[in-house]
Amino acid sequence: MSTIRFTEDHEWIRVDGNTATIGITDFAQKTLGDIVFVELPEVGRKLAAGDAFGTVESVKAASEVFAPVAGEVVEVNEELTGEPELVNEDPTGEGWFIKLKLADASAVNALMDQAAYDKHIKDQN
Amino acid sequence: MTDTPLQRTPLFDLHVELGAKMVPFAGYEMPVQYPAGVLKEHLHTRAEAGLFDVSHMGQAWLEAAPGEDAAALIETLLPGDIAGLAPGRIRYSLLLNDDGGILDDLMVTRTPDPARLFLVVNAACKDADFAHIAAKLAGRARLVRLDDRALIALQGPKAAAVLARHAFGADDLAFMESGTFAVDRVECMISRSGYTGEDGFEISVPAEEAEDLARRLLAEPEVAPIGLGARDSLRLEAGLCLYGHDIDTATTPVEAGLSWTIGKRRRAEGGFPGAGRILKQLAEGPARKRVGIRPEGRAPAREGTPVLAADGREIGRVTSGGFGPSVGGPVAMGFVESGFAASGTAVTLLIRDKAHPATIVALPFVAPNFHR
Repeated sequence: MSTIRFTEDHEWIRVDGNTATIGITDFAQKTLGDIVFVELPEVGRKLAAGDAFGTVESVKAASEVFAPVAGEVVEVNEELTGEPELVNEDPTGEGWFIKLKLADASAVNALMDQAAYDKHIKDQN
Repeated sequence: MTDTPLQRTPLFDLHVELGAKMVPFAGYEMPVQYPAGVLKEHLHTRAEAGLFDVSHMGQAWLEAAPGEDAAALIETLLPGDIAGLAPGRIRYSLLLNDDGGILDDLMVTRTPDPARLFLVVNAACKDADFAHIAAKLAGRARLVRLDDRALIALQGPKAAAVLARHAFGADDLAFMESGTFAVDRVECMISRSGYTGEDGFEISVPAEEAEDLARRLLAEPEVAPIGLGARDSLRLEAGLCLYGHDIDTATTPVEAGLSWTIGKRRRAEGGFPGAGRILKQLAEGPARKRVGIRPEGRAPAREGTPVLAADGREIGRVTSGGFGPSVGGPVAMGFVESGFAASGTAVTLLIRDKAHPATIVALPFVAPNFHR
């Protein structure tokens, strides 16, 4: 059973054992608008929690994407190179960004769950 | 920025009703995009017709004193040939400072009345422009600001057919021609001009009539509302300058690739601000030039991105850049040293400290679709 957690910067992280998949939330993609380019890190890069690991460019502007927790990049979503619009179409599915081998899987417990994130978005509006 | 409250155009309520995302721009609350989004709005304008609220721009009459000629007076402030304009014709020109730097770009329309010119300037510059013109021409002409008029642009290949349903004969205007028309019984000044590279019109309408007019145009099946986001990508693909980004007081018309705005007679006679420097640049060539830049790959190169030569030396900077929806990839413009300005020159863009190959290309990125 996987758990999904969220950051205040609107990344999501879904943990399966020691590996986690990371992307940006539906709220984030809606706010950014049409996404035209995603820059991803190299496989093998070690990230600390809060490190900027990539950039997402919409027609309007460039935004950084941050690692919710620490870990090592084990896979990046190459599909986004040719089809960055996947982030708009399916932000929590096909539009994932990277997979991390977690340094400490329990670190995600400190992040927001769905209910807390929903409230976070509400408070921002 | 100051804390002055943001102004609203006469179409503010309509934008909100249409679901626009409103942002501060040049002191106004303006729609950056509607629910369709920038990409679709851009492509819609190139295929059909887009309606833009540009009421934030500055409209004014320049009225000459008795015995004075308005065209001759404005020519002391800009390098365009205004005296040679036929009545009803429009010229794109540049207000210059004494060093030949660009204070603003503007549209100057010759009216049938030789004592009067119609001016449209940029929103962010309008107070400074109007103060500059009024001061320079004090006693010989006066500026009458038309703050009680909205400005609605209708742009795209279907714009003429749409507008003709509401303004009989408006589709007979030539490109860069202006006239007064009854638009659904409201008297409007219509110019066949725009900022998208497409055929289109700019309609100067009394503020109290603007919302009704916009609603009637939006009710036409070809017309969709278009925000500032798409306005920017449309003008960038069309190779048109954005004041404060591609041109400013540190830029001359020659460097900016706008020498075509300097009339033949004006080159011979001079008599415009900065003429010495500008005529010298025309004769000898400028040290740097505005160029189109086509990045390889998909990473957009934003304003400020360094442009490097093969040896890694910085030869210029991007002044406008983003994604071109009609091009289907990133597009940019910027200034580079003249030795690197030839089309086909390979350069490197430094985007977030990473080198991305790019090519200098001729502007515009999309072929203009003006009515000729």
